[in-house]
Parts: sequence; C-alpha cells; structure tokens
Amino acid sequence: MSEPALIEIKNVFRTYIDTNDNKVEALNDVSLSIQKGEFVSIIGSSGCGKTTLLRLLAGLDAPNMGSLTIDGHEIKNPDPERGYVFQQGSLFPWLTVEKNIASGLKARGVYKKQKADVAQYIELIGLKGFEKAYPHQISGGMAQRVAIARALINRPTALLLDEPMGALDSFTRADLQDKLLELWKEYKTTMILVTHDVDEAIYLSDRIVIMTPRPGKISEILDVKLPRPRNRADVEFSVLRSKILEKLHLASAKQAPEYEI
Amino acid sequence: MDIKLSTVVGQILPKEKAKHHLGKNIISDKQFILYALFTIAGLIAAIFVNHFFPQIADVKIKKYDVNFLGLFPAKLNITEAYSIVLWLIILIYAGVGVYSWFDNDRRKKFVKRAPFRFACGIALAVWDILGTKTLILPQPFFPGPSRILEAPLMEGGYIFENILYSLRLFTAGFVSGVVLGIVTGVLIGWFPKVYYWVSPVLKITGVIPAVAWMPFALTLFPTPFLAAVFLIVICAWFPVAYLTAQGISSTQKVYYEVAKTLGARTPYLVFRVAIPNALPQIFTGISTANAFAFTTLVISEMMGQPGGLGYYINASRVWSAYYKVFAAIIIMAILFSLIMRGIGMIQSWMLRWQRGIVK
Repeated sequence: MSEPALIEIKNVFRTYIDTNDNKVEALNDVSLSIQKGEFVSIIGSSGCGKTTLLRLLAGLDAPNMGSLTIDGHEIKNPDPERGYVFQQGSLFPWLTVEKNIASGLKARGVYKKQKADVAQYIELIGLKGFEKAYPHQISGGMAQRVAIARALINRPTALLLDEPMGALDSFTRADLQDKLLELWKEYKTTMILVTHDVDEAIYLSDRIVIMTPRPGKISEILDVKLPRPRNRADVEFSVLRSKILEKLHLASAKQAPEYEI
Repeated sequence: MDIKLSTVVGQILPKEKAKHHLGKNIISDKQFILYALFTIAGLIAAIFVNHFFPQIADVKIKKYDVNFLGLFPAKLNITEAYSIVLWLIILIYAGVGVYSWFDNDRRKKFVKRAPFRFACGIALAVWDILGTKTLILPQPFFPGPSRILEAPLMEGGYIFENILYSLRLFTAGFVSGVVLGIVTGVLIGWFPKVYYWVSPVLKITGVIPAVAWMPFALTLFPTPFLAAVFLIVICAWFPVAYLTAQGISSTQKVYYEVAKTLGARTPYLVFRVAIPNALPQIFTGISTANAFAFTTLVISEMMGQPGGLGYYINASRVWSAYYKVFAAIIIMAILFSLIMRGIGMIQSWMLRWQRGIVK
C-alpha cells in the first residue's frame, strides 16, 4: 500500500433536485482511494449514492464539490480508460454480438488495427458460435458478458460495473461472477463493482465499501482476506456476511431492506 | 463443444423452417396438385370463353404488326393477344407452383391463394363476355380485357417512353426528397436550435398537399420536369423529415452513454447510434412518402408534363380512348406495386435486427 493509489476520490459532494423539487444529497463528503489492480465493491441500499459515485468515476456526471482523479489526472469526461458496464439492455440492438464488441474499437477509431481482438474476446467470454446473433436472441447472462467484453476490448485501466448481474437468475449470476474473476486475473484490470448483493460482494472483492443513504456517505470499509477461490458455504464467509448485513440493517434501519440474501 | 454450441444456436436462432414441424397441416402431393389445377382452372375458363363464346356484338378486330423485343415479328389481333396473356399468366402460376412444390410453407401459401386466383380467372371470363363478346357494358367507358390490350399493341413503344418518363421523374424526385428529409430530420432531432426554428415551418408547410405549389413550381423552374421533381421532393421530404426527427430524439440516453464510455465522439453518436436507432421510423416515413409521391407524380403529370403515364391518361381521355386509360392504370398498378415491394425488401434487410422483436 506504499504505492500512490490509482483512483483518488476526495471530499466529493453531489446534490440533485428530484422530480418533486426536493433536494437530494446523493453524495455527502465521500472520500476513497483505490489501488491499481484492486477489486472493490460498493454496497448499500438503493438511494445511497453508489451508482452516482460510479457515474462520477466514469465522467458521465460531475461533482458539485471535491475531486476525482485517476493516475493523477482529473476525471472530467467519459474515456475508454474507464470502461463502464451498465445494468441491463445496454447492447446496441441493431448490432450483432460480434459488432457490439467491435463497437468498442470502432468508437475509438482503431477497429482496422485491432480487428483480430474481436474474435479473441468472443472466445474469452465463451460466446463462440453466437457472433452473428442479435442481442434479443441471446440470454441476459450472455448479453452482460458481451457488454463486459465490449468495455474490456479497449483495455481499460479500470472497469466500472453498475449492478451488471442485478437482473440475472442466481445460477447465471454465479457463472458470470467466476467469469469476471477470471478476466480480472487475466487482465489485472482494477474492478469497481456496485451491487446490492452481499454474497456477490464478499465472493468477488478485496475490499467492500458500505454506503448509507440520506445523505449518501461511506459508513465503513471492510477488507476481505479470505483466500480465493472462495466458498460461499464457508464459516468465515458466513461470519462476514452477517457482519455486513448487520451494518446494512443499522445503516438503513428506518426503511425496508432491499438487498438479497 | 462446438457441436453442442451449434445446437444451442439452432435453438436460439430458429430457422424459418423450424416452424412447420409444429403445424399439423402438411400439404400432401395429391392435395397440392389438385389445388394447382384449381388455381389455373379459372384462367382456363377465361381462355375457353375467349375461344368458344360467340362474338355477338359487332366489334372490329384489327390486326397489328408487333415485334416483341425486336425478336418475334408477328401479326396479332386483340383476341389472340389476350389469349397469349392468359397463357402467360398460367405459365407464371405453373412456375410458382413448381417453385412451391419443394417446401411446405410455400405450398401452404400457394394453396391459400388458389381460390383468389381462380376467382380472378372467372372474373376475366365474365368481363370478356360483358365487355367484348356481348357489349352489355356501356361503351366506350368499360372496354373488355382484350380491348385494353389494344393500347400496347397499337402504341407499345409510345407507352414505354411514357413509363420511362414517369420512372425518371419519380426516381429523381423521390430519392432527393428522401435524402433531404433524412438530413433535415437528423438536424432537427440533434440540434435543439434547428428544432426550434425549423420544426414549426415543417409542421405548417408539411400538411399542404404538394400539388398546391404547382403554379409556383411551373413559373419558378425552367422546365416542367424540374417543376414536377420539386413537387415530389417536397411531398416526400415532409414525412421523412418528421419521422426521422422523432426517431433521433427518441434515442435512449443509455446508448449515448455507452458510446461515450467507449470513447465515441459526436460523429459516432450521430451516425452509429442515433441514426441506426431512428431507422425503423425513417422507414415508416419513407413508406408514407412513397404513397404521397405516387399521387403527386400522377397529378403533376396530368396537369403539366410533356410525358409520363399521367400525361398519357389525360391525352387518351381527351379522345375518349378509355381502353388506353385502363391500360395506363393497370401499368401503374404493376409498376407502383413493384416499387413498393422493392422498398419493402430494402427495409426488411436494413431492419433485419428487428426480426423477432417486432411482430
């Protein structure tokens, strides 16, 4: 931890006005540093500002106050160095699987040079044989794998994942989680995952950031020191799970919990 | 592994063929042949009537020199020409029948259409009796089918020239109208400023039938051809521009955000995100524009063109040559259907990604 952090979030505030003209403090004095190659999960009930934080990191939104930097330079606009995987339905419906992945290269204008990468990434996410399929013809899990490949093909320093497995059934989800770990090991990409699934956070992350709503702030950061591959039935796993659930209960005692167990 | 995957692909991307295994009505060879005979029976009846029904009314049947494609010089009268046409239709149906033989889906389609095709043949036979053989229908307003064929026999070359004129006019006007419409629509949909200034103008002028501009068009443009092109352009421009703008502005935010995080700049957002997203609406606009363009084409030809099918109708009407009017109408029906079919084919190819989403 002696190295300077890859991503520095310093005293970030973000307020917006909702449809009822109420001021919502999505982020209130949030600070966080993330090391290169780290797998960090941000967990919390809805409205805690976790997606807002991720959008700020992507450059899709700007803070009212505070600063966000990556590799020492300020985050201002979206950039392929920070890949983003959206919740669901983000594939271009008019492009095939193959062309959706290639769109990562085409958007940057490097398609001609790196054409060969497309086949490699299709292979990597295990969708060989589905190159010519359109998004509505493949399952939700496959679609999310395509979305991940589309972001990864640009070789980002950090991959921002906004509940990419939120809409998937538990088998597909477990499958995709393993795939994600595999990709993480292979490319050493820094992963920042927003989730409301406690098990998912423990299974994947080096660190778990717990956020609380109204105003959105970080309540606690936990290190996950379990050796990989992790076993969801493990005692230590369960201990950690109860601990996080307890924190989340305390964090949002007034409202009905929304996470899944 | 490969074999497994391809089976999965087969399940997820069903080939058209997979459907008919579920349906129980498989058309047997015998059934199909019976239906094929049923299909052509009406036309056979029409030929029978043409040959054996006595010519009661006094109709002058002239012989014409024809030279089809410059290959087959012959002398033909209208009755002979009519039976040749009937035989040709039979031949076409027979061809379709042979083509349909090998696929159950096509067989079903063919069988489904048999009663209608039969009825068409019978209708021709009845029409022949009423319009040529007995002249019960009032003349010269309702000529028989063979009489209508007199128009191409007599002046086929001239009709062909008029067809070409119409096609040239239509192509020039429609293509430029569609292109202009897409460009305007993209600008309106993309730039709020353009939306503010242009869309009210579009909404007000767009509802005016294009032919209302005819007096101006005829004085403003050096040739009547250009004037008519102008009219077709504006009638095609409005629906295409309107629907393109709608399609562009209805693009979901997430697609732009995805593209931006992938490193896209504005040209990519316009040409690779907004326009593909608007494509279904653009094609709705094009189909509407197509119908408007046919109307404008014919009206403007009837009102001030030196050629074209509309002009031909008008010129024939003056001489009470209603059989020529009918001939021109039939040619239009065929020509315009073909054009619409062509546009439909382009559309379904360009929107192939929608297959299975939209029913």
